[in-house]
Amino acid sequence: MKFTEEHEWLREEDGLIVVGITEHAATQLGDIVFVELPEVGTTVSKDDEIVVIESVKAASDILAPLDGEIVEVNEALADAPATVNDDAMEGGWFFKMKPSDLSPMDDYMDEAAYKKMID
Amino acid sequence: MSALQHTALHKLHLELGAKMVPFAGYDMPVQYPLGVMKEHQHTREKAGLFDVSHMGQVVVQGDSYAQAALALETLLPVDILDLAENRQRYGFFTNDAGGIEDDLMLVNRGDHVFIVVNAACKVADIARVKAALEPKVTVTELTDRALLALQGPAAEAVLSKLDTKAAQMRFMDVATLKLDGIEVWASRSGYTGEDGYEISVPAEYAEALARTLLAHEDVAPIGLGARDALRLEAGLCLYGHDIDATTSPIEAALTWAIQKTRRPGGARAGGYPGASIIEDHLANGAPRKRVGLRPEGRAPMREGVELFATQTSAEPIGTITSGGFGPTVNGPVAMGYVTGDSAKPGTVIYGALRGKRLPLTVTQLPFIAANFKR
Repeated sequence: MKFTEEHEWLREEDGLIVVGITEHAATQLGDIVFVELPEVGTTVSKDDEIVVIESVKAASDILAPLDGEIVEVNEALADAPATVNDDAMEGGWFFKMKPSDLSPMDDYMDEAAYKKMID
Repeated sequence: MSALQHTALHKLHLELGAKMVPFAGYDMPVQYPLGVMKEHQHTREKAGLFDVSHMGQVVVQGDSYAQAALALETLLPVDILDLAENRQRYGFFTNDAGGIEDDLMLVNRGDHVFIVVNAACKVADIARVKAALEPKVTVTELTDRALLALQGPAAEAVLSKLDTKAAQMRFMDVATLKLDGIEVWASRSGYTGEDGYEISVPAEYAEALARTLLAHEDVAPIGLGARDALRLEAGLCLYGHDIDATTSPIEAALTWAIQKTRRPGGARAGGYPGASIIEDHLANGAPRKRVGLRPEGRAPMREGVELFATQTSAEPIGTITSGGFGPTVNGPVAMGYVTGDSAKPGTVIYGALRGKRLPLTVTQLPFIAANFKR
């Protein structure tokens, strides 16, 4: 698993990249009450703002970590946005994308480096 | 920037694990480990303890209560003279443009008027009252007192265990209570839409009193985050957001707080800053009105979102002044100003959110029924 400085986690799964935010980020955001996800089929460029997370405190953007196409989104978050707080690393995933350029993956952190960053 | 001030409970907030933020020049708890959502629900179901010591507690003293009250009436469109002893009333300072300089609570404490003003406005409020009314009255900020709020359906049971007089108070009554040996001034009021008390206590005893109240199993400490969501659901204005120097009390739907005696035809009509403009709004209607708004769907719409009559209309009809997620409503809630016919409950209007126009329904305030003991 890889981590971005924006507190996203990226997991490779059957040639796709699954993206969510870390438990640390979810805790910092507070109780999450709404997640706006991109539409399936959208072509995105790295650093596009593609997810909006609303907590009881504020709205935050999540950036596309790679170029590619959104192939699946976590529809369950529409009715249960708090899943991001309760299960950030598994059930609280946001979207799966088919990357067109995997090279930025080399620049992202491994778990040890991410843990060091948030310490 | 000068250093943040601390309230008498600062050490306790840190001990309780609060996340602290700067607010109106003070280092204040925005939330405790329970989190905003659970703190909100705890207040609605049991009782929450809030530190509101950053607010200004001010004594306005004249030769008599009546003299101080009449002097203050030159600055507020509120009937202060006829307020009964040990009763509290909501009011606001106005300006020459008919706008609101601050909103406040006023108490008749026998021989003086006791007022509680917003933290961010207290320096300006005190300067304004002094400039206008001294030497007829003296204006003294009580910097040696803290202010706690105990809010929620369990508040009466918690407080009356310490002094049975607490249970005899009705909404907006004020009394001197003795809580665990500490003499306090309590009012049966608050800023959550729940039954509860605001308790003015000498700063040196504030921490001991807070610990006594928190020792009750039904009481949890609540931060400013939940306080904001609670007051929004209750339809209560936040100064600097829902009301300010440019909003008239009529536009702000606070007409109820201007008693008949201060309106045209009343015994003490007018005589406060901006009276002619406010009287014009009273007689002919205000150009815009503060309303409740329920966004459809789940996406919160926050302060600053522009409002439109239709999905395509070019000119906005108003702006959201407070908005967020209402944990008790279990959905997004907001307040804002709209013009003309759009203020009618049931009207569907549109908010511009991230490039889309999403529908909201104009809704009666409050969003949740008030739970006061009248």
